[in-house]
Amino acid sequence: MLFAERFLGVGGLLTMSLSTASPLNVVILGCGRVGSTLAKQLSQEGHHVTVIDITSDAFRRLGTKFKGQRVVGTGLDRDTLEKAGLSKADVFIAVTQGDNTNIMAAQVAKKVFSIPRVHARIYDPIRSQAYREMGIITLCTTTIAAGVLHAAVLQTEESGAWQERLEAWDVEYPAQLG
Amino acid sequence: MYIIIVGGGKIGYYLSKKLIAEGHEIALMEKDRRRYAMLSEELGDVVVQGDGCEVRLMAEAGFGRADVVVAVTGDDEDNLVICQMAKKKFTTPRTVARVNNPANQQLFQQLGIDTTVSSTQIIFNLLEQQIETGEVIPLGALKNGNIEVVAITVSERSPVLGRTIRELPLDKNALIISIVRNDNALLPQGDTRFENDDTVIVMVHADDEQQLRDVFGEAHD
Repeated sequence: MLFAERFLGVGGLLTMSLSTASPLNVVILGCGRVGSTLAKQLSQEGHHVTVIDITSDAFRRLGTKFKGQRVVGTGLDRDTLEKAGLSKADVFIAVTQGDNTNIMAAQVAKKVFSIPRVHARIYDPIRSQAYREMGIITLCTTTIAAGVLHAAVLQTEESGAWQERLEAWDVEYPAQLG
Repeated sequence: MYIIIVGGGKIGYYLSKKLIAEGHEIALMEKDRRRYAMLSEELGDVVVQGDGCEVRLMAEAGFGRADVVVAVTGDDEDNLVICQMAKKKFTTPRTVARVNNPANQQLFQQLGIDTTVSSTQIIFNLLEQQIETGEVIPLGALKNGNIEVVAITVSERSPVLGRTIRELPLDKNALIISIVRNDNALLPQGDTRFENDDTVIVMVHADDEQQLRDVFGEAHD
C-alpha cells in the first residue's frame, strides 16, 4: 500500500484529485505556510482560488503574483464564507492552526453550504479519524510526517517516492528573500 | 447524575457550584493551568486540568460513564468538538453546548448536539420584548418628512389589545391604513379589534408621533 492511500484516506492526494479537471472554484481557510503554498500552486495551475484569514498580514505569504481573492474574516462566520463565494465553491479546504476551527468550518461548508468536497487538516490523529468517519476528508499531518520519517529512517522504497514528491513541491523563493 | 462540565470560566464555575449544591456528582475540566489552580483551590478534587477535546484526557475524566456533558468554553468550535467527540467516542447520552454566536444554534442541533444555549440570543430576546411594545418603526416619509408612514407592533402587553379602532383616543392627524395579521393586510374598519402580533400601519403627522407611542405603548413613568 502506498503512503498516499494509507495516510490520506478516501480523498486521495489533494494534488492528484484537483489538478486533473477543468478550473475549480477553491476556497482555502487559513493563509499560513500550508494554505498559502497550496493557494499559490492551485492559482498557478489556473484554478479560481479564494483565501480567507483573520489577519490581512497573512496574505503577504501569497506574494505579489497571486491572482486569487483575499478575504479577511473568521471561517466560522457565515457572512465571511458567503463573501468568499463559498456558495459557488467546488472544494473547501480548512488549514488554520486550530483543529477545532478546521473541524467546525468544514462542517459548516458541508452542511450549510453543501460543498461537495471538504478537506480539513487536523493535527490530532484521534480527532482526524473520528471526523473522517463522519464524512469529512481529514488530513492528519502528524501521522503523515511520522510515516514519511519512519520510511526515511528505515530507507524503504516509499521514502524515495516521497523524496521526489516533496522536491517537486519545493517553493522557489524570490531573490530578495534569499 | 454524573455531569461533566468543560470550561472553567464564569459559567462553568457557577454551574458547577450549583450542581454540587444540588447533590450531583460533577467533574469540571479546565485547560488553563492558572485558572485550574484557582478553581481547584475552591472546588477541590472535582476540577480536572486538561483539554476537553483530547480523548485520552476525556477518558481519564470519566466521559465513559457521564450522564451529561456540558461544553461552556468561550469558543463555539471547541464546544462543538467536545460534544461531538463525547457522542462519537463515549456515546454520551446527553450533550449541552454553549453557543456564543446565535447563528450557530441551528447548525449545532443539525450536527447532533442535544441542547444549545446562547446567552446572546437570550439577552437579545429579552431586549426585543422590552423594545417591541409601542415601538414606532418608520417606513417612509412624505411632504419633506412632515407626514410619515410608520409600523407599530401590538404585543401581549399593549394597552390597545382587544380594543377596536373606534375606541382609540387618536387625533385626526393619524390614519390607520392597514393592519397586517398573519401576513394578510386587512382593511381596517371602526370595529376592527387589535390582536396580539398585529402590525399596524399608520400615516401620521410628524408632530403627532408621540401621541401614537402613548396610545399603543406600555405606560411609562
